[in-house]
Amino acid sequence: MSAGSGVAAGATSRWGLRVLGLGYVFLLLLLPLALIFYKTFEDGISPPLDAITSPDGLHALKLTLLMVAIAVPLNTIFGVGCALLLVRHRNRSNPLIDTVINLPFAISPVVIGLALFVLYSTNGGWFGPGLAEAGIEVLFSVPGMVLASIFVSLPFVVRETVPVLQEIGTEQEQAASTLGANAWQAFWRVTLPAIRWGVAYGVVLTTARVLGEFGAVSVVSGSISGQTQTLPLFVAKEYENFNLAGAFGASVLLALLALATLLAMNLLKRKEDA
Amino acid sequence: MEAGTLTRSSTPRAGVRLPGVGAGLGRGLVVLYLSLIVLLPLAAMTDESLGKGLGAFWDSVTAPQAVSALELTLIASLIVVVVNAVFGTILAWLLVRDRFPGKAAVNAVVDLPFALPTIVASLILIELWGNHSPLGIDIALTKAAVVVALAFVTLPFVVRAVQPLLMEMDREMEEAAASLGAGGFTIFRRVIFPNLLPGLAAGVALAFARALGEFGSVLLFAGGIPGDTQVSSVYIKQLIENGNNTAASAVSIVLLAASVLCLLVVTLIQRWGSRHERSSGAGVTSMPLSGFDSSAPGPAPGDGEGDDERR
Repeated sequence: MSAGSGVAAGATSRWGLRVLGLGYVFLLLLLPLALIFYKTFEDGISPPLDAITSPDGLHALKLTLLMVAIAVPLNTIFGVGCALLLVRHRNRSNPLIDTVINLPFAISPVVIGLALFVLYSTNGGWFGPGLAEAGIEVLFSVPGMVLASIFVSLPFVVRETVPVLQEIGTEQEQAASTLGANAWQAFWRVTLPAIRWGVAYGVVLTTARVLGEFGAVSVVSGSISGQTQTLPLFVAKEYENFNLAGAFGASVLLALLALATLLAMNLLKRKEDA
Repeated sequence: MEAGTLTRSSTPRAGVRLPGVGAGLGRGLVVLYLSLIVLLPLAAMTDESLGKGLGAFWDSVTAPQAVSALELTLIASLIVVVVNAVFGTILAWLLVRDRFPGKAAVNAVVDLPFALPTIVASLILIELWGNHSPLGIDIALTKAAVVVALAFVTLPFVVRAVQPLLMEMDREMEEAAASLGAGGFTIFRRVIFPNLLPGLAAGVALAFARALGEFGSVLLFAGGIPGDTQVSSVYIKQLIENGNNTAASAVSIVLLAASVLCLLVVTLIQRWGSRHERSSGAGVTSMPLSGFDSSAPGPAPGDGEGDDERR
């Protein structure tokens, strides 16, 4: 059992590396996660379950799922369309578009929330007063939270689809074109099936990001219990009110969703590599 | 096939037209979406930051609390990326070159910080390293808590950036070096590490940008004590809660500038590193963040051709 061919790693150094690397992962990532599962169910399942099924808890769950239901499809459609544009149509504006798409990775969620807050503020924002007159509330309400969710999860589908598109090339679509397919048919029957695992992976990442978003939604929504509080905001509020059962219960739910995400990511990675 | 169709399909277009819309309209829609979602809010925030004039902007940015928050943010982020550069590389090495039971599980768990909400991360870190810690270690509400939280959320960046490069690396160079008498560490230092450098640098830059703006995981665990454990993002939140959007915007612009700089560094590294870039998408970068990079065209420094030049 040799490690890398060519690198004469002695047994001591190999075990040294294992202790360092695996120990780090264990202490930093795994142990805290395991502890929270343990602590949540220390007194049985009913304290956390009651907390989550309380009116505020259920509302937080519903609101979180609503964010996912709106933001993910929008960013998926945008993502696939934008990827097609960037890969198949060369243009001088492509690097600029690419930079803007990567911006959400570089901006603090609090700053994202602030930017939306300033834009839609009814107190001097560019859009706020106008929208208010039309009866549309953005801040402290669902539309603002949706905008925040879209902003933070924008890049994933694009970035996962682009490499796949680059790799499959255009031959199959050109073949379809010679057989008489129009652009839509070529896309739906040739391109989309070829890129579906990349897109799926992007969708999973987008969903996870929207589920877990905290800072931006916190600023934009005001985190009003039972009204504009998503599950992550619920966790924070419960913790601050020393309501540990609620905080832990919601955390475990979110952690389970995260583990499901990891599972999906893994399965999709294998599909893509196959 | 008719001549007409053949002629049409042999026109040197870049490829498929966007279904249903022309490229022009498609580009317009993309730009509209990006403007509405990303650019306009940022423009409004920039405008707000200058709302009381440049003097007020400067005062907000140089206020003692702002400066101490920024200092903590920068220093903690720097420490964290160095630590994660080391451990991340070790982990990538273990995942690519080593074999041990549970390796697939470890590989999956590395992505946990990507999937877990940051506020939950903060909570689990408090439970393990706070005042109810079963290990008896209490670092909650200290600067160390900032470092641990940032390390948690940025570890995957480095691992996932280095992993693909290690996977693609050509073992022949290492074997050649070994046959010339080089020991393990020398081989790593002079053969392997230079080839990892683009990925490592990109991963580090991304991790740094993420660390600068991190909020949720630091909030509960470090507590955000002004002048002590308050990072810039928490300070900005405090300013917002106090109704001071102008000052918050000013400090945000500074933080944003630092992070965008990191993004640009990553882009430059990617351009420098990818000599064998497929030429379909002009200027499109694919940042190292997912397991798909191994199948995607990207920096391939280990395929033997350009390596003499690299030395």
